[in-house]
Amino acid sequence: MEEIGWILLEALIKAIVIFTMILLAAATLVYIERKFSAFIQNRIGPNRAGPKGLLQPFADVLKLFMKEDIVPDAANKNLHRLAPIISLGVTVAVYAVIPLGNSFELAGRTIYMGIAPNVNIGILFILALTSVGVYGITLAGWSSNNKYSLLGGLRSSAQMISYELSMGLAILGVIMVSGSLNLNDIVVHQSGWMWNILLQPLGFIIFLVSAFAETNRTPFDLPEAEPELVGGYNTEYTGMKFGMFFLAEYGNMATSSALIATLYLGGWQLPVNPEWIGLQEGSVWLALAQLATIIIKILLLSCFFIWVRWTVPRFRYDQLMNLGWKVLLPLALLNVIATGVVMFLI
Amino acid sequence: MNRKENNESQRLNFWEKLYLPEIAKGMGITFRQMFKPKFTRQYPEERWEPLGSYRGRPILVKEETGERCVACGLCSRVCPALAIEVQAAETEKIKERYPIKFEINMLRCIFCGFCEEVCPEEAIIMSKDYDMVFASHEEAILGKDRLEIPIAQLQDRLEYLREYK
Repeated sequence: MEEIGWILLEALIKAIVIFTMILLAAATLVYIERKFSAFIQNRIGPNRAGPKGLLQPFADVLKLFMKEDIVPDAANKNLHRLAPIISLGVTVAVYAVIPLGNSFELAGRTIYMGIAPNVNIGILFILALTSVGVYGITLAGWSSNNKYSLLGGLRSSAQMISYELSMGLAILGVIMVSGSLNLNDIVVHQSGWMWNILLQPLGFIIFLVSAFAETNRTPFDLPEAEPELVGGYNTEYTGMKFGMFFLAEYGNMATSSALIATLYLGGWQLPVNPEWIGLQEGSVWLALAQLATIIIKILLLSCFFIWVRWTVPRFRYDQLMNLGWKVLLPLALLNVIATGVVMFLI
Repeated sequence: MNRKENNESQRLNFWEKLYLPEIAKGMGITFRQMFKPKFTRQYPEERWEPLGSYRGRPILVKEETGERCVACGLCSRVCPALAIEVQAAETEKIKERYPIKFEINMLRCIFCGFCEEVCPEEAIIMSKDYDMVFASHEEAILGKDRLEIPIAQLQDRLEYLREYK
């Protein structure tokens, strides 16, 4: 009985820490995005709220809190309220299985970095959750009872479903290489610079492009294409409900970055052998160093997401579908077959 | 018809059709842009000083001896937005007419400068004042007290008018 209590306490503490980290990451990404875009456009960006504008995201959220919360008369009220919760909830839930470091021993117990990084169906869990994430946006579009929102929601569901296939197939290559669905095992398999990006370059590109489509980021941000759809699925949302979609978008970006880092870029593996810098296997300091490593990787990848957003224009809808079904899907299949043949021969 | 097809698949070569190298090039361009100098003006602290040719808030010129305006009403007549209201009165001085009431409704003013152009006395001219904030409608109707500005502050505009008007 006592054991279960400890496990629950541990999970609770980790959940609180990780939830806070995600919200902070979203805030940081909002700030980075605004600064990054400003620099790319030869502007200065936010510099009024706090030193160098660092408090800008908090000011934004505070503003959203103070706004009136409008639910349209003709909307389906319950679904309208549910949609942002699904969006944000799914984003946060994905982090449950992402390993943020190797396990370490503390007070006679093995503690894993992450809420449940050792789930043996980690990848399936993530794929299932991202599919649920589609509901957030689709329900938001449908329940608003607004034609633009509906179009945005429909687009996003079509887009996410199309890209989920090639995403899943790209992951399949990684699973074949590492022989496990457990994310921690996949990371362990990449030790010593044997990153999956070297073994699966094609799969990496497919996964990267699909990740952009999954997170609705430019060049695939069709669900919220302002010029044609007003605001897309979140047209009818105000106040903190809009804020939740907003946070979910940035949270999604962090999630996708974490996935890319975990699956292809060595996850929490330190760039050098930990024993060279005096960190012992299974120690707390090593775990913290690994946590720092994956956070840096996530931040760099998020910066890449932002950089692409301010470089590449939005795709047209038919181009998006063509790319998804006629290019990425066959390439992903080819990747799986090639991986299989190579593994059979070696 | 001797017309060449000009569609995407013919215009682009293999690498361009792959998108990725071109995207990488584009990202190189945006990356370089990040280190270029910025031209942002930190407005409230760092203000812009307009030139003499700038058409800001219309004002009345006040000389050391008194106002220039003779209340002929031409500005009020020419104003396309009907923003100016003038009421004349008489004095015992040599210049016997003066405006007892001169009001410009800044909510109506469109900064066209016709009043300045039509004024025979060069009494109403456009100033450099460009940031006007009013908290109420009444406050936006400027009377003589807020319109009259000493001539010493208006040299730029007067020189400009003498040269180009």
